[in-house]
Amino acid sequence: MTDFPRDAILVVLETSASGVLEDAAPGLLGAAAAAGTPVALVLAAPGAGGSAATEAAALGAAQVLIAESADPAALGVPGVDALAAAAERVRPDAILISHSLNGRDLAGRYAVRSRSAVSADAIDVARDEEGVVAHHSVYGGAYNVASTATFGAPVITVRQGSIDARAAAQPEVSETLTVVPSGKPAARIDSFEEVVGSSSRPELRGAAKVVAGGRGLGSQEQFELVGQLADALGAAVGASRAAVDAGYIPQSHQVGQTGVSVSPQLYIALGISGAIQHRAGMQTAKTIVAVNKDGDAPIFEVADFGVVGDVFKVVPQLISALEARKK
Amino acid sequence: MKIIVLVKEVPDTYGDRKLNLETGLADRAASDVVLDEIGERALELALKYADANDGADVAVLTLAPEGATATIRKGLAMGADRAVHVCDEALLGADLGLTAEALAAAIRRQGFDLVVTGNVSTDGSGGMIPAMLAELLDVPHATGLSSVEIGDGVVSGTRPVESGVQQVSADLPAVISVTEALPEGRFPNFKGIMAAKKKPFEVLTLADLGVAADNPEMARSIMLTVAEKPPRASGVKILDEGDAGDKLADFLVANRLA
Ligand SMILES: Cc1cc2nc3c(=O)[nH]c(=O)nc-3n(C[C@H](O)[C@H](O)[C@H](O)COP(=O)(O)OP(=O)(O)OC[C@H]3O[C@@H](n4cnc5c(N)ncnc54)[C@H](O)[C@@H]3O)c2cc1C
Repeated sequence: MTDFPRDAILVVLETSASGVLEDAAPGLLGAAAAAGTPVALVLAAPGAGGSAATEAAALGAAQVLIAESADPAALGVPGVDALAAAAERVRPDAILISHSLNGRDLAGRYAVRSRSAVSADAIDVARDEEGVVAHHSVYGGAYNVASTATFGAPVITVRQGSIDARAAAQPEVSETLTVVPSGKPAARIDSFEEVVGSSSRPELRGAAKVVAGGRGLGSQEQFELVGQLADALGAAVGASRAAVDAGYIPQSHQVGQTGVSVSPQLYIALGISGAIQHRAGMQTAKTIVAVNKDGDAPIFEVADFGVVGDVFKVVPQLISALEARKK
Repeated sequence: MKIIVLVKEVPDTYGDRKLNLETGLADRAASDVVLDEIGERALELALKYADANDGADVAVLTLAPEGATATIRKGLAMGADRAVHVCDEALLGADLGLTAEALAAAIRRQGFDLVVTGNVSTDGSGGMIPAMLAELLDVPHATGLSSVEIGDGVVSGTRPVESGVQQVSADLPAVISVTEALPEGRFPNFKGIMAAKKKPFEVLTLADLGVAADNPEMARSIMLTVAEKPPRASGVKILDEGDAGDKLADFLVANRLA
């Protein structure tokens, strides 16, 4: 495999400690297929490269380069070295990376090293006559912005859960990438504790439906009401920052300015006032429902269906009404 | 121990934030500006260390237009020892690459053991500057830390990632970024505000830093289009009269959302 497609889009895919591809992989490859031919670089834990490559091909990678880190405890730097080697070989028209913490580090370091332009937090990627263009949703969805590179392949990080397109499966064509370590100093990963998917609920990022709770739920125990409605609807669970700060739910569920940005078909806000910083993460949802006992709460300004009422009365009734209809 | 904390003046997230539809740049006149909250948390970390350890020197560093002086001074009022303001007209609309280059040059010029930044700003949302700085400065990065321990020649902390939680450590010098799990910044008191007026405040241009904004070898990210989305209209609002749960179920079913 010495030839790479002329319209190659290099997609960097990380594997988890247990060896499976990151959740963002299908969306990244889907975005790449819309802008060119997806070629994947798989950054795998030692021994996990082969199975990850098979997974990448099934998700649409026409060719796969496998890089298993020789020093998995080194934070970030081995991935940058591998990406530099892969880009040298593939000469892609653009590089797509997840806008995750590790993805941002990788994109930032690689862009500096290769003197490439970087476009952060894209929600879509397209190609026009001039090249590959990244689309962004900024200031909490108030503006749409398009960006590109003055020259060269742009390094684009893609917001997790923002791409619905999926690429067609490809026959697996993979090879191991030779990487010469840069020897750059790196932090050490001294230990790692895997968080096993705690529930059968959908992942917040990219979920079609989200039920979110705020400080109005009052306690960690009572916050379970949010989960019950979510389960009745097959929705993911979100939260306001106040609910996270109060310890009702882990930070990974926070929606908003400094949490996750979601654009689901349905967003239900329970006991959330609707501060601007919360709305920044959910106001691009297709349909918004709010239940709040304060009729003046700003969340009603963006709600398609608002209920002025007590969540502890309205939501149990809603759950039983939904269950009754299922029968 | 020389600690440099990156702070940023941003449009206040409590207000309406506007982009200029012609230039694509933030419309600074349209909103109040504040020190980004995450930068205040980063500064708080450095100040706590300085409170407990003799010989710590804490500098706040920012890249911002001329008018940002008052905002940066808040960092001094909180307790930083010095402020460095990179300010140059050629930086208007600077992309991440140019921003990182200018900041790295300013950091190199000061000398440092530890650079502390927020994980992402509320206006740019790029979250890449810390790693870019680490690459430019040739030091390790430990980003997105939800707790931090600054030790002797080493910094360590907790780093939540997609699939779990890492414990990481880096030999100094290093660049770290922190999340909003860290404590809020302290309020400047009267004494701090008065003292801030006498603290060193250095203003540096790109020429001082030896950075060229128009280096032809550097690819830059440029904005092609900017469009404002129409604000959301609100829909129906009902008062619960004992049947709102049922009505809401009707709404969801009618819209095929349940
Ligand atoms: C830089 C910055 C970043 C931020 N980022 C985020 C972010 O990412 N996400 C975020 O959410 N916030 C964020 N915030 C915080 C934000 O400003 C608000 O403080 C927060 O969203 C409030 O959460 P809340 O609505 O749950 O709490 P509150 O504002 O306290 O609202 C609770 C609501 O519950 C209602 N209520 C109480 N009891 C009941 C009941 N029994 N039934 C029905 N309703 C009830 C009340 O009427 C009230 O409206 C940020 C702030 C800053 C400064």
